[in-house]
Amino acid sequence: MYHLKMISRSPFEGYGQVIYPLFFATVAFFVFRAGDSAQTLVYASLGAAVMGMWSATSTTAGGAMQRERWHGTLELLVGTPPHFALILLPITLAMSTIGIYSLAATLLYGHFLFGIDLEVVHPLQFAIAILGTVLSFGALGFVFAVTFVRFRAAWALGNLFEYPVWLIGGFLVPLVLLPHWVRPISWVLAPTWGMNAIREAAAGGAPLDDLLLCLGLGALYLALGILLTNRALHSARANAALQLS
Amino acid sequence: MTSLRIFFYGGQMTYRALFYWLTPQIYVPSLLVAPIFQILLFVYIGRSAGLESDQFYVVGNAIQYAAIPCLFAMTQMIGGERYQNTLSAILVSPARRIPLFFGRAVPVVLNGAFVSAFSLTAGAIILGVEIPRSAVPGLAFVIVVAAFSCTGLGLINAALSLRIRENAVLSNVIFGFLLIFTGANVPLDELPNWMSTAAQALPFTHAIEAARELADGASIVSVADLIGAELVIGLMYAFVGYGLLRFMEVQSRTHASLERS
Repeated sequence: MYHLKMISRSPFEGYGQVIYPLFFATVAFFVFRAGDSAQTLVYASLGAAVMGMWSATSTTAGGAMQRERWHGTLELLVGTPPHFALILLPITLAMSTIGIYSLAATLLYGHFLFGIDLEVVHPLQFAIAILGTVLSFGALGFVFAVTFVRFRAAWALGNLFEYPVWLIGGFLVPLVLLPHWVRPISWVLAPTWGMNAIREAAAGGAPLDDLLLCLGLGALYLALGILLTNRALHSARANAALQLS
Repeated sequence: MTSLRIFFYGGQMTYRALFYWLTPQIYVPSLLVAPIFQILLFVYIGRSAGLESDQFYVVGNAIQYAAIPCLFAMTQMIGGERYQNTLSAILVSPARRIPLFFGRAVPVVLNGAFVSAFSLTAGAIILGVEIPRSAVPGLAFVIVVAAFSCTGLGLINAALSLRIRENAVLSNVIFGFLLIFTGANVPLDELPNWMSTAAQALPFTHAIEAARELADGASIVSVADLIGAELVIGLMYAFVGYGLLRFMEVQSRTHASLERS
């Protein structure tokens, strides 16, 4: 909650992350509207909404540990008794939670400016699917934050992963349109299943399988992130490199 | 002579000094790989909607992505100096402002043009978009004009950075407007009238149209009016940007806000 409040007050990570995806959503709405299919417009509306959630996570999570380093708080946080994963994970979860603002803003934006009427058939399942997606996004952000820690320009890598996940996760483009070799990559990405679960819940389908896959992958990311955290901290302590890179 | 030195050497040195952090680790993902993914994203959106050809999105996005280096770099010209505590030293110097500010813009234009050309080439190769060889010189010229035009807008952005703290957010917002309005992804006749009218006064709109015609096999003479319009728009923004920079400079002195924002 503390991290969420801090991020909310940052123009770049807070309202910047809410506004920025709206530009891409606008382009998508115009393109799909010109394609003259009301159904694809609803499809694009949900996809664009989740795009913002991913943006909020990917662009900031990559540099999460680096930011602590710049603030001079990394050593203090690493030195505290709780496991460092328990400190880092809430930061990335706060970032993905910011994405809920973006999701709401994009859906409202699509409704009021483009007249997209999104009827959510199963509101409760829809809310649960969003929550599950936020959790898995946070877990994936956690892996990013730890994986990129030895990379000096971690923020640039975080930015880099914004477009590919939008594309490979099937947010705006059905996966069947992508080359076959891309599909296995999308299957190991929790955002793909989170997106499916949200769409299924909105359309009145069965989101449970997709949601479980999304959460399962999120749990795997979490385990992987903890392992990587241990490894990175051990290496940083052994080489006295916590402040470096 | 001094003005020429400030323009050429000063511009080059400043660029190297302010962008010391722009290592390949940052340059490659941010300015070479990201535009390719932007192109791919919109190509597939276009295919999904069945709206335009791959070439339409490759050309549009390759040129529009020059906005990232042009807008952010011009903002960095102010923000970077402030961060390094050299802004006040520069603004109290007796150097003429035209070579001082415009000299800094030259490397930005060149870098923007390079990013755009690379994106166009890579995007065309990856997606199998055929561009006639005869169109290459014309496209190269259009890309340079487009980068110049956007750097003009970047000058306004830089001037605003003298008063606005969050210049990264501002640059992102301008980038977003250019993505929507310039016809990079949405044909202008599919936009509401007021938007397509506003697009006529924005960087990239005419350059993108000219580049698409060139890629379709038109001669450079036949798109001279579009290139001319893009050039005039760039000059207009550069002129307004310079005026705004001078105004903001005076305001910063009056309100002692140079180091504050």
